[in-house]
Amino acid sequence: MAQIRIENVRKDFGAFNAVKSSTFTIEDGEFFMLLGPSGCGKTTTLRMMAGLELPTSGEIYIDGEEVGMKPASQRDIAFVFQMFALYPHMNVGKNISYPLRSQGMPKAAVKKKVDEIAEILGITDILNKPVGGLSGGDRQRVALGRAIVRDPKAFFMDEPLGALDAEFREHMSEELRALHDRMNATTVYVTHDQLEAMQMGDKIVVMNHGVVEQFGVPQDIYDWPATKFVAQFIGSPSMNFLDFHGMIGKGGNEVRLNDVALSVPTSIDGANGVMSFGVRPEHVRLDDSAAYRGRVKATEYLGTTQIVTLETANGDIKARVASSDKVSVGDQTGLTFDPRTITLFDADTGAALLSQANEGVLIHG
Amino acid sequence: MSFSVTEPTKGTKWFAGILVIGYACITLVPLLWIVATGFKSPADSIAYPPVVVFEPTLEGYVNLFTDRTRATPDMIEAAGPAETWYDQIARERGTVISGPSRYGERFLNSVIIGFGSTFLCMVLGTMAAYAFSRFKVPLKDDLLFFILSTRMMPPIAVAIPIFLMFRNLGLNDTHLGMILLYTAVNLSLSVWLLKGFIDEIPIEYEEAALIDGYTRFQAFYKVVLPQAATGIASTAIFCLIFAWNEYAFAVLLTSGTAQTAPPFIPTIIGTSGKDWPAVAAGATIFLVPVMVFTILLRKHLLRGITFGAVRK
Repeated sequence: MAQIRIENVRKDFGAFNAVKSSTFTIEDGEFFMLLGPSGCGKTTTLRMMAGLELPTSGEIYIDGEEVGMKPASQRDIAFVFQMFALYPHMNVGKNISYPLRSQGMPKAAVKKKVDEIAEILGITDILNKPVGGLSGGDRQRVALGRAIVRDPKAFFMDEPLGALDAEFREHMSEELRALHDRMNATTVYVTHDQLEAMQMGDKIVVMNHGVVEQFGVPQDIYDWPATKFVAQFIGSPSMNFLDFHGMIGKGGNEVRLNDVALSVPTSIDGANGVMSFGVRPEHVRLDDSAAYRGRVKATEYLGTTQIVTLETANGDIKARVASSDKVSVGDQTGLTFDPRTITLFDADTGAALLSQANEGVLIHG
Repeated sequence: MSFSVTEPTKGTKWFAGILVIGYACITLVPLLWIVATGFKSPADSIAYPPVVVFEPTLEGYVNLFTDRTRATPDMIEAAGPAETWYDQIARERGTVISGPSRYGERFLNSVIIGFGSTFLCMVLGTMAAYAFSRFKVPLKDDLLFFILSTRMMPPIAVAIPIFLMFRNLGLNDTHLGMILLYTAVNLSLSVWLLKGFIDEIPIEYEEAALIDGYTRFQAFYKVVLPQAATGIASTAIFCLIFAWNEYAFAVLLTSGTAQTAPPFIPTIIGTSGKDWPAVAAGATIFLVPVMVFTILLRKHLLRGITFGAVRK
């Protein structure tokens, strides 16, 4: 098991820059998520760690050893592909034992190990079957078996649940997490699904356009996004942004939107110009007596809660409120925002402005 | 992946069946005629109207494999009774066998040159196709076009330059020369066909093998080759058929040691009249290796094995 460190890693494909100078550390035993939309460079980053791509510049350390230019076969890692990539000309048992046979392990030991893994994954009964006829879930298990059979330093998984049906993904993600907890192996997991990342990950790196936007534990990333992109990408519905032109002084804790004073966490540096007032839907309350006004445009019923879309002077906003609240389209209502949860963003750069509430998270990230 | 969910109707099945059988008849009748002619007597072979029912004889085969001299009845009498069945057949025609013919040697040459060039073509073809499919080769598209362009004229168009080249290099009438020539002609086809097959194999298989601790070359022959079996089998059949049937270059470049069967068979005509049964016998035997080779590789032509191991 190992710590993995990425330092200033960059990857160019011809003129296209896929990954821009990324730096982060994956601790030993962590379940680490690389999250981002497609084309953001997360898979390329993973493939560089695995040795399937060579970085254009920068260093990759596995267990303290610089491996950036080493071939994949010498890095002692396992990789689970989105398409599983089971060898079609071998049966289940042969697929699982393939990495062991490459090391020249004696036959009896191979069989013992394969039986043990099959037991863990619950696939003992299909060991002699060809891989062609297996269900998606069983293929996934065989691919996992091939990965864990060797006790590698780390597991790399590239959207391993991407090819499964929605129903089955839920189940498999629990199985994966349980397997990780049992083996306690460093796992790096690529996904574009923010729910999956929040659900399973110990830590998340959010990437966009080849840049690491934020790095941290799921709760911190959800509560204190470092950029508007992260705020939008994580959470469903995503964070609301009310754009306004105004100022906030050093140590100030109030901004004026449409002539209404709204409390925010104490600002560290202050700002002046166009900003975005970021608030999560669950921190918006409908209150008839409040000064900040909005008109209900639409409601979405979600069982215990409902999502209300309102039109305000600073743009549309979504609020998550209890289903029991009576709201109808066209209503005029007041809005209050939980002041402890607000993040202000610079509207130009998209970066979060430091406040006393988020500084702890953002300075480390 | 998509599958047809409609089962063909009975009528469709019948229609398809009749079509296939009809096509098989059209292609097989000439072949059957050749096989039958091989077992006819010379008189039956040129009879008009053609005879379909006849008394089979091995005379054609005996004539194919032997050289004979004409003998008077007295001489045959003097030689004593025939020692073997083929002696007997020859004597009935007023000849005695003077020795084996060269058909055996020529046939062996065909085997060496045909299979040799096919093997070489497959080794070079799979490796070149793999490189073109997987690696960033500078000027890849131009190189591929260049390789293809070698087939844009009939090979025989360059027969004279090749003849002169072979003469200077001492490759005239050698097995090596013919193997190299057929390999050169077939290689462009094999690279292009195989590249198509290898392109279809998801690269993840090799990446999985690389991560599982195999070198690039091990990944190539342990993972890629078994999966390209279909492509390799069908390409090998194409290459073999070309090399096996090639006539023009064989006539031009071989005369003795390395002569293959195709230029030899026509020479049967003329040495002792138009011996059609012997020609037909030679053609029949000549068909067998390609047939056996194709039947042996047939199971690899089924695509089934790679089905479903990767979800698309």
